[in-house]
Amino acid sequence: MATVYVPTPLRRFTGGQSKIVESAATVGELFQKLDGHYPGFSDKLLDGEGGVKRFINVFRNDDEIRALEGLATTISEDDKVSIVPAMAGGR
Amino acid sequence: MSRLNRDQLVQMAKSQIIEWTPNQLDARRKAKEAITVVDIRERDEWMQGHIPQSVFIPRGFLELQIEQHQPDRDAPVVIYCAGGVRSALAARNLQEMGYTNVISLIGGFNGWKNASLGFKVPKVLNEEQRIRYSRHTMLQEIGDEGQLKLLESKVLLIGAGGLGSPAALYLAAAGVGQIGIVDYDTVDVSNLQRQVLHGQSDVGRYKVESAEDTLREINPEVKVIGYKEPITSHNAFEIMSGYDLVLNGSDNFPTRYLVNDACQMLGIPLVDASIFMFEGQVTVYQPKHPESAVEGGPCYRCLYPDPPPPGEVPSCAEAGVLGVLPGIVGSIQAIEAIKLLVGFGEPLIGRLLMIDTTDMTFRTLKVNRNTECPVCGDHPTVTELIDYEQFCGLPSSTHAADAPEVTAEANVNGHHAAEKVLA
Repeated sequence: MATVYVPTPLRRFTGGQSKIVESAATVGELFQKLDGHYPGFSDKLLDGEGGVKRFINVFRNDDEIRALEGLATTISEDDKVSIVPAMAGGR
Repeated sequence: MSRLNRDQLVQMAKSQIIEWTPNQLDARRKAKEAITVVDIRERDEWMQGHIPQSVFIPRGFLELQIEQHQPDRDAPVVIYCAGGVRSALAARNLQEMGYTNVISLIGGFNGWKNASLGFKVPKVLNEEQRIRYSRHTMLQEIGDEGQLKLLESKVLLIGAGGLGSPAALYLAAAGVGQIGIVDYDTVDVSNLQRQVLHGQSDVGRYKVESAEDTLREINPEVKVIGYKEPITSHNAFEIMSGYDLVLNGSDNFPTRYLVNDACQMLGIPLVDASIFMFEGQVTVYQPKHPESAVEGGPCYRCLYPDPPPPGEVPSCAEAGVLGVLPGIVGSIQAIEAIKLLVGFGEPLIGRLLMIDTTDMTFRTLKVNRNTECPVCGDHPTVTELIDYEQFCGLPSSTHAADAPEVTAEANVNGHHAAEKVLA
């Protein structure tokens, strides 16, 4: 089961949970499953053209998935998947 | 025990150690041999001039401090004094500690100078500075040299708000020579929950003026320059030129892209951070400097090639922020700034630090430079500053960049913004 780190802006969908444990073969499948549990979740992440929105980064462990296989990036048992959106706040 | 006079003692010491002439040392160094050179004279002697790249350990502290500089007992350690006598005696003390390759410099520093070899006269901390920064200078990574670098450094803060406040306080306390602050906003009561540069009596004042008073009280030595204007494509180069480092604490996307692009074009390292509710992100964007072998890392556009559509990502003004959060994140920015200015440790170049204060986890994720990046890539297509409001999907305005508390995107979307945002 991989652990998904949910950023604050998306916790509205997950009942406030910051970490979700889910098993899936790829990042894409993982998001699909999460969308099943938390409707609307993947809309916030995906650009509708088969990719992740450009102001959001998704990491498998330390690595951004664009540098891997994108949504087809495989995940295994102990992987950590982090969703990192751009934030502008500073004041 | 034999009774020796001073000449006999020195004679004996010299018979037990290796000695090099200044030219021998110089030749070995030029051959790129790694040699630890220790000046064991008194501070006033060191201050009047010393061999370049030598470390200063007065003889009284030699055995106590040598391991901080060279723990390897078999590595070559050259020690020198003024004329080669004190160093001959001191060499034996290091041998007692197991150093097998201790060399005393024949003729000491005088011999070095007489051989017409180059030496360095250090800039010195004055008495007040010596006391004020003593907790810094006793750190080997900083020392007098590092502190002097800080005193000569110029740092520009974008924003004197949540992130800028703690960063400015610590950078001023650390003795950064010049702190520039860009902020045209005034202090509002709702700022005081987190913007610790300002107090109750500052409400209604310009933030840069309030900041200047606070910083001067902490460290009167620091020169504070306020820029009471929004940073835009028109004035960014003018404001930023001459600064050694920029620390970003702005609150909107157009300013973030503008500051990133300008820093890349000017070659200034940018310590970037942003906060949202309970979470923070910190990273360092280091432009490449091939001429001084600085490889450089990714930039903001490598991480976030496009901004989110207006209203898609909420601001702190809409969603709230835990007041202490910018305190942590801005302080981390100040640490990164000091590391870069002094030149020690591993800055967050190519790494994104993610802080979640709800479960208090700190994680670092890898950020790669995008070779196709329009600004820092191998074939840049954006080579001058653009209209960043337009880039971020906002109506162009000369005053929208670095907008005050209510961000431009919030204005555009009015009260519906909070419904459309990610949260």
